[in-house]
Amino acid sequence: MTELLQQLVNGLSLGAIYALIALGYTMVYGVLRFINFAHSDVFMVGAFAGYYLGRELPSETFGGGLLALAGAMVACAALGVLIEKLAYRPLRGRSTLSVLITAIGVSLLLQNLGQRLFGANPRSFPQLFPRHDFRFDGLVISSAQLAVFVITLVLMFALRWIVMKTRIGMAMRALSFNPVAASLVGVSNDFVISCTFALGSALAGAGGILYALNYPSIDPLMGTLPGLKAFVAAVLGGIGNIPGAAAGGLLLGLIETVVVALGGSTYRDAVAFGVLILILLLRPGGLLGRVQTEKV
Amino acid sequence: MNKRLAALAPTLAGITLALAACSQSGAPGGAAGETIRIGEFASLTGKEAAFGQSSHKGTQLAIEELNATGGLLGKKIEFIYEDNRSSPGESATIAKKLITRDRVVALLGEVASGRSLEAAPIAQANKVPMISPSSTNPKVTETGDYIFRVCFTDPFQGKLLAEFARKTLKAQKVAIFSDVAAPYSVGLAQYFREPFVAGGGRVAAEEKYTGGDKDFKAQLTAIKAQHPDAILVPGYYTDVGLIVAQARQLGITAPMFGGDGWEAPELIQIAGGALEETYYSTHFSPENSDPAVQKFVAAFKARYNGETPDAMAALGYDSAMVLADAIRRAGTTESGKLRDAIAATNGFAGVTGATTLDAQRNATKPAVIITVKDGQFKYLETVTP
Repeated sequence: MTELLQQLVNGLSLGAIYALIALGYTMVYGVLRFINFAHSDVFMVGAFAGYYLGRELPSETFGGGLLALAGAMVACAALGVLIEKLAYRPLRGRSTLSVLITAIGVSLLLQNLGQRLFGANPRSFPQLFPRHDFRFDGLVISSAQLAVFVITLVLMFALRWIVMKTRIGMAMRALSFNPVAASLVGVSNDFVISCTFALGSALAGAGGILYALNYPSIDPLMGTLPGLKAFVAAVLGGIGNIPGAAAGGLLLGLIETVVVALGGSTYRDAVAFGVLILILLLRPGGLLGRVQTEKV
Repeated sequence: MNKRLAALAPTLAGITLALAACSQSGAPGGAAGETIRIGEFASLTGKEAAFGQSSHKGTQLAIEELNATGGLLGKKIEFIYEDNRSSPGESATIAKKLITRDRVVALLGEVASGRSLEAAPIAQANKVPMISPSSTNPKVTETGDYIFRVCFTDPFQGKLLAEFARKTLKAQKVAIFSDVAAPYSVGLAQYFREPFVAGGGRVAAEEKYTGGDKDFKAQLTAIKAQHPDAILVPGYYTDVGLIVAQARQLGITAPMFGGDGWEAPELIQIAGGALEETYYSTHFSPENSDPAVQKFVAAFKARYNGETPDAMAALGYDSAMVLADAIRRAGTTESGKLRDAIAATNGFAGVTGATTLDAQRNATKPAVIITVKDGQFKYLETVTP
């Protein structure tokens, strides 16, 4: 019984990280209808920003930890806006394929720049927050696991609130619905898209730090696999759908953990990507998404 | 994105090969020239960089010492090395480049068995002797008669770990947690299991991970449920560090142990205090009082800002010295004669102990067990074959 509960905790905390990254994917997709593959590398930059900030700040304190988290989110937001300005804006209005390929290019650029700047060696990530393991009768939950879960939920609701209740959120939805009509009624498309990238990338930055707190070994290629998994999670939940991304992430974390717990540890990644294929075949809109037919 | 690159690798390899072929005519023949060219492929960056760097520094020191005393056969040694970034596919390309373009007389490398296995068939096909400093998987030298190693092999390491688990740790029930992506890890797990089970021990759980994974909690929870007396983790230090930390966090108190893949300061940086009650077997301890070892330790510290050499550095040093010894005995760098001279290495006094190469081109030599106490590696015991 304890083992089952522990696996549940393992699965949910892994899933919460996927969910957090998936929120960023979904955010950009929801507004611009394109997959920002560089997202997983912004996530890596977030972890490295936390690493460098963490060395300057007092370790294992709430203040220092939150400051590092905020610093990394700001750095990533700035990076996201910059990437959009330099790489995606010149291609706006071109086919989605060009933008998609550019995104892959930006992703490779960030990975290789990271290897050049930070070095390809894995580094150990500093303990930013005070650590505590909560133990209940053999069941162990670490403060880092708990933090991921809580922060993911908070950010999910915050994001939903921004998109649904604020003026900028309304502008995002308008842009997503029809960019031409939105600009006709006075929405500044450039500004709204910059905001979308800033928000999405800040989420990636937070994700990078939370991931590194749980798995304290970071390297410039660390974003690749979690990024792809989060992409699967976003599609699983229905890409473009905020609660869907969170649900997809949690579900994927649980599925992976179940596969490993049943003894199929070598099939873990195969199953995760198998899920992607299945969902695209059976329910292309995702679990919480609606299927949209394209008008020809 | 890694995977996309991996898909590109064969194409890149092809292009590199074509380029190498083009420049061949223009390149000076190293063997016949003024210098003796020795090539090295190493993991200077990436996942196993701590190993690659250590080994490379040892090799570099050996070459510098040889050149300071006049080189070999009256010629200076030219040391050409390339980084494979610890990634699959690179070593084969580099081996081709070193052999066909740089015309090296011999290849030194690699620490990881998987990457030695990539380069070995190329060295064998071109009849260029290759000496691996620290690849312990038996398959490496099985590639052919031009492939050698100066370290012990995993069957020996597995056997001594089985003895260690039974006698020192007093473990009856052991769980094995190995890396399916590393031939080293899979091999060592297998060579541990056979003698351990034959000696009356039981393998309570067998879990797998893929090198580079970050989350091991699901497998560790499954292992914990079996209440093993000890856990064997025959992996490399980056993964091992996370595994040990996550195991201790899940409340697993059983001793954990592994092979020479553990030995890197990064292990302590990643896992920190979680490393109490962990042990690993390796090739060398700088605490050894043998004058040859102490001379090497002093020379290494003087060359690299006070850094203490580890097993990989010592083996890197020995690999170059064994090669130099063979070149001296052969009196030539002609590949067939050089191969025979390396194969005849007998009782060569290296810093990792007397090295004798057997008929399978493997070295037989003693191993040491190291434990971690208060965040420091501490010598525990020496095991002779």
